[in-house]
Amino acid sequence: MNTFFPYFWAAVLGLSLLLYVLLDGFDLGVGILFGFARDEAARRHMLSAISPVWDGNETWLVIGGTVLWAAFPTAYALILSAFYLPICLMLCALILRGVAFEFRQRAGVHTRFVWDIGFTGGSFIATFVQGVVVGALVRGISVGADGRFPGGGALDWASPFAFLCGAGLCLGNALLGAGWLVLKSEDPLRERSYRIIPWLLAGVLIFLILAFLAALRMDLSVMHRWIERPWLEVFPLIGVLAVITIVFGVRRRRDSWPFAGAAAIFLAAFATLAASFLPYMVPFSLTILEAAAPMSSLSFIFWGAGIVVLPLTLMYTIIVYTVFKGKVGPSAEYP
Amino acid sequence: MGARAIWWIWVEPIGFVESTTPMSTELLTLLLSRIQFGFTVSFHIIFPAFTIGLAAWLVFLEGLHLATGRPVYRRLFDFWLRIFAVAFGLGVVSGIVLAFEFGTNWSELARRTGPIQGPLLAYETFTAFALEASFFGVLIFGRNRVPRWFYFIACLMVALGTTLSAFWIMVNNSWMQVPSGIHLAADGMFVPDNWRAIILSAVVWVRFPHMLLAAYVTSAFCIAATGAWYILQNRERTESRAMMRMGLGIAAVLVPVQMFFGHLNGEYVVRHQPSKMAAIEARWHDEKPASEVLFAWPDVENRRNRFAVTLPAPLGSLIDSDSLSAGEVGLESIPPENWPPVRIPFFAFRIMVGCGVVMLVLAWVGSWLALDDRLEARRWLLWATFLSFPLGFIATLTGWFTAEVGRQPWVVYGLLRTAQAATPFLAPRDVALTLLLFGGIYILIFSAGILYIYRLLRQGPLPTPIHPERTNPKRPLAVGGSDSQAGIGLDSSLS
Repeated sequence: MNTFFPYFWAAVLGLSLLLYVLLDGFDLGVGILFGFARDEAARRHMLSAISPVWDGNETWLVIGGTVLWAAFPTAYALILSAFYLPICLMLCALILRGVAFEFRQRAGVHTRFVWDIGFTGGSFIATFVQGVVVGALVRGISVGADGRFPGGGALDWASPFAFLCGAGLCLGNALLGAGWLVLKSEDPLRERSYRIIPWLLAGVLIFLILAFLAALRMDLSVMHRWIERPWLEVFPLIGVLAVITIVFGVRRRRDSWPFAGAAAIFLAAFATLAASFLPYMVPFSLTILEAAAPMSSLSFIFWGAGIVVLPLTLMYTIIVYTVFKGKVGPSAEYP
Repeated sequence: MGARAIWWIWVEPIGFVESTTPMSTELLTLLLSRIQFGFTVSFHIIFPAFTIGLAAWLVFLEGLHLATGRPVYRRLFDFWLRIFAVAFGLGVVSGIVLAFEFGTNWSELARRTGPIQGPLLAYETFTAFALEASFFGVLIFGRNRVPRWFYFIACLMVALGTTLSAFWIMVNNSWMQVPSGIHLAADGMFVPDNWRAIILSAVVWVRFPHMLLAAYVTSAFCIAATGAWYILQNRERTESRAMMRMGLGIAAVLVPVQMFFGHLNGEYVVRHQPSKMAAIEARWHDEKPASEVLFAWPDVENRRNRFAVTLPAPLGSLIDSDSLSAGEVGLESIPPENWPPVRIPFFAFRIMVGCGVVMLVLAWVGSWLALDDRLEARRWLLWATFLSFPLGFIATLTGWFTAEVGRQPWVVYGLLRTAQAATPFLAPRDVALTLLLFGGIYILIFSAGILYIYRLLRQGPLPTPIHPERTNPKRPLAVGGSDSQAGIGLDSSLS
């Protein structure tokens, strides 16, 4: 049992973050595309496609954060304090985009642009920062002997590689968002989204190639995993199949294919990273077992939150998505 | 407020600093982190204080509408739902910040108390945050997509979520006030031994109802104030009467209960936190039996009260310990490095109690006059009720100031000092930067949120499309120039 609880919670953490990346990924992506919308009708149409679910989507970030704190307090303290500026910037960005849903409807015609800028800018910055943090984690962060961050400086995380990952996640989320819009909306928004998908897909592929080359060149610890664990290569294979799905989906105008393909690319990338990080919680300095909270904490959350509330949460997330299934028309009123 | 005053408020709790020495880097970071946390958490609590009560009010209205079928309840529901949506959004976004700020600014607290606070907040996100966020979407957009019973369930789930959220937050905060059920490990980690003692402690069961009642009373006064405002303007006759009577009636019942729980709160403070109680009462020397300081200017340097209005002994013992002879602890028998900043809990507590007394008088007089229909004719009472809307918020905030500043210099009372809890390597420049960022954004969204809530209140309840015969011709659905009136009941075109 001594290793079961930590790995169970590492798995729950992985699941929450995956759900966050996929679910908030598409609504952040719609937020990025929102900035390129032609007119007010298109903007409303885009918002209608995500507004009933965005709040629930963002919850998975908070669930991930608190699971990290509950099950791996050392890692929570370490990662959040090491990424002080990016995390605070992300929180500010999430605030601006979060209030925009309600506020732009309440604002007059002349001040609405403030919240539109907040929505697009917030979506863009939050996505970019999340990518930067992932990029910095891939490079690894250093930890002192006592398991605490020694504090080299507030900008330790900043590197060209991290910024590349930030840009890559923006493209990825925009792709996911465009896929969602194809799935949920009707023409003309659906058609416009179809047209932008090939460009976004090309951008994502170029990013992945650049990131791979950069990782090889920097001789990142992550790359050694590919030699140690050849089964990891199944994930790029899934990625290739996903790209094919998107290409065919766009050519044959199959509305659910692009989103499914984009989600599969994210799934493959996420699984690659998660599998490469194992057994580390903070790559490559703190393992899951080292970071784990005392057994009395882990079992307390296991018997309640873990096996009762988590399945319930997943269940009503599905119920809410079922309630709002189907297309959203172009004339949809956003209250 | 000058720089000296700001210095005093935030650094004095640390205790051992002379204000003439230049501030060290760690102290400046600590100061800025405390300002940032105090600012973001105070901003946040305003909205849950409003939405916990409003969520229950929405369940009440939807239930009444289901039971009676009277359209007034549906119009009131739709009206308050629009206001709820604005406040709820502000509460959600400002709450997310707090879930991460423990790690960014208080990494030592997060690391050492993580085994306790982490699981409690994880339960909060799982049982509350996710629940309210998911069903909030149904509340706003789902009216025409789900059966009526399901919509009512969604209302219930949002209200349950806000209540559970308050519960876990109060469990967590109560543990920081009176830590129990733990032992300290060699590496400084707090290890939980007895979750029953942490969750079911007597402290939780007086503090959680106190917070819940604070939220209900705050909302009740906002509802009554809106009703009074409409009556004064001679509009929305049915709705305004219902709101004023229901709001004051709920408050008339709940304010005395709240005062009783406030008294029970005082009892745990006397028992477990003598330094906080001594500061609240500005009691410098041990007294047996004790007198009660009503008003004073506590002079911390000379350890005495100036301009004091004091009730004689044994009233202090009676109020604090329900006894005619109990001894009460004075600050002088506590080492000064363990003193909270005396004046903040002292004045915050008195403001809170003052607001409570005013609310009690208003609620009782108003409800009594409402019994035989004399309420609407008393313009002074209508004005007083209208102007009372901030009282609940002020009482909630000052209550929190009393509890939290009174706990200083500890973050976990008696076990972990606030100064030891901060992120050790953070540079003042970085915290100053984020403080400016949060400050600017919060001021922007707060001003906008208040403006939009004011506009919704001024606009008033809209006729519902379901009951066209109730449509007021003076208030057409599309009011010129803005489409913000596109009502929540109109999203049938979503399908």
